[in-house]
Amino acid sequence: MRFLFKTDYEDDIRLFPHSGYVVSYGLLLAVLLIAPYVLSSYLMSQLVFVCIYATVGVALLILTGFTGQASLGHAAFLAIGAYTAAYLQKYNVPFPVYFLAAGALTGLIGALVGFPALRLQGIYLVIATISFAFIVEEILARWESVTNGNEGMRVKAMSLLGVTVSRDSPTFYFLCLAVLVLTIVGTLNLLRSPTGRAFVAIRDSETAARSMGINVALYKVKSFAISAAITGFAGVLFAHKLSFISPEMFTLQLSIEFIIVILIGGTFSLHGAVLGAIFIVMIDPFLTYLKDDMPGIIAGLAATFGAGAQSAGNVQSKVAAFASLNGLKGAIYGIIIVLFVLFEPLGLYGRWLKIKLFFQLFPLYKRATFKRQKIYVKSERNR
Amino acid sequence: MSYFRAENISLHFGGLKAVDAVSFAVERGEILSIIGPNGAGKSSIFNLISRIYRPTAGRIFFEDQDITEEPPYDIARLGIARTFQNIELFENATVLSNLLVGRHRHSTTQLWQELLFLPSVRANEKVHRRRVEQVIEFLDLEPYRDKLISGLPYGVRKVIELARALCSEPKLILLDEPSSGLNVEETDDMSFWIRDMKSELGVTVLMVEHDMSLVNRVSDRVIALNYGRVLAMGSPAEVQQHPDVVAAYLGA
Repeated sequence: MRFLFKTDYEDDIRLFPHSGYVVSYGLLLAVLLIAPYVLSSYLMSQLVFVCIYATVGVALLILTGFTGQASLGHAAFLAIGAYTAAYLQKYNVPFPVYFLAAGALTGLIGALVGFPALRLQGIYLVIATISFAFIVEEILARWESVTNGNEGMRVKAMSLLGVTVSRDSPTFYFLCLAVLVLTIVGTLNLLRSPTGRAFVAIRDSETAARSMGINVALYKVKSFAISAAITGFAGVLFAHKLSFISPEMFTLQLSIEFIIVILIGGTFSLHGAVLGAIFIVMIDPFLTYLKDDMPGIIAGLAATFGAGAQSAGNVQSKVAAFASLNGLKGAIYGIIIVLFVLFEPLGLYGRWLKIKLFFQLFPLYKRATFKRQKIYVKSERNR
Repeated sequence: MSYFRAENISLHFGGLKAVDAVSFAVERGEILSIIGPNGAGKSSIFNLISRIYRPTAGRIFFEDQDITEEPPYDIARLGIARTFQNIELFENATVLSNLLVGRHRHSTTQLWQELLFLPSVRANEKVHRRRVEQVIEFLDLEPYRDKLISGLPYGVRKVIELARALCSEPKLILLDEPSSGLNVEETDDMSFWIRDMKSELGVTVLMVEHDMSLVNRVSDRVIALNYGRVLAMGSPAEVQQHPDVVAAYLGA
């Protein structure tokens, strides 16, 4: 186990506490930079989605993880970013301009959503953000002159500095990676400065935050705006990656996927957003696997253990029918959320920390280390 | 003119008069204690000063400025910090970041500067960090610097709350039952700190307290309240001898 001897206040401020971090994150970055020249195009495509989802995950972490304001409306912010890009692209606005415009517009709308949210707490805020998402979805479907309604909009390949960047090219991947890395660095910067601490203060006790001189309303709105703006940027990349957008892509299910990203990953650290994004992107291939290979495998197993050809075939068709059930994805999401909240509330990153600590302290690890203490004295009345 | 002044402040919840036309003044550099039985309106007065409640009537002045209409976050910016009876710390953050939140009223950097963590932000952070370290040293909190609040015992949390208030370098500090839940030694420490705050840091203290030994040791003056009204005001000994106060506590 490494002990840090701090000799300067800088030691508490810097992003990498010691050289080990520089090495490991440097290696990770190197791997990510080589990836497009090694991995198959399918895996690269998945990696791009991981970047986009992780960016939204970081955005949602700022709002939900650090400011404590739950949101089920982030699909709508993503949609606003995507549609702004698609709309401006029609008028030959260059990529950097509509990229920034999409972020700015989404941030502005995020701030506007933040205002009514000032008076809402917990579950009521969730309801409000869901309604916002439905309103946006409906507007996208009906405002045909701008959004082309349910027909959807084509998004042409972006042109960056005069070069056309296809959605499958390494350049596009690097762009997504850059946006993710910049988002993470910016967020880390925010978290080590007064604004980030004000967010955390609001999450843990609004009363105390107020009495420490924090303008709670202002910072909540700021949090909404920042979170929405980042999601807007991600939306532009999302639109380019899919090359076609329509209202039914930005449904409640997508918002729930974003919530899963941070819930599975861990709501207390930015690592969680990335881990959760990897997890959620892997669910689709898993479902395909369930649909294509699982029935055969199970039938094979049944046959091996002495079932006749007739009943093995029966089993196969039943499993296949189950695997292609309509609501299966939603059901799996639900089960995942319930299981994680019950058994791993700190998420994948929390699990990683536990494993790390286990080996650092071996054989002295105590299970109770991560157990949260119940809080009995908390004055709810002074909200 | 008094340093801090409350003029006929009232707080009515429907027919219940939690605070009823209370007036008092705090002089610069004194320690004033408010005592009274449960439900006398002591904490309500604090909540009126820090604007968690709006006064039904009356005015509050601080350094000759009317602060009755100021929003709650501006109260802290003017230099009035407070602690809470039931500890309101930021549970899932470290002691250090809790204390740094106390520095919020001194932060001058803009959002975009913070996103880029410009040298100005870094320089500011170091100043905050140094001031926090002084408070940590003042209150002997060194062992807990990097611990999460949620894992700390009650007595330590109480001190951290005091530390967070001190980090804002307040001119006036409101202590809501600083010794509640503390054992004898911790209460002793608290009484030394309160006196040191006054003598070394020059902070004016307004305190709600039940522990009469602590009140006697530290207070310059005492106000006794009951049913939202002032019963007596004066030195600790005077107030304790006052027949109305004796009646309120003993029901004679």
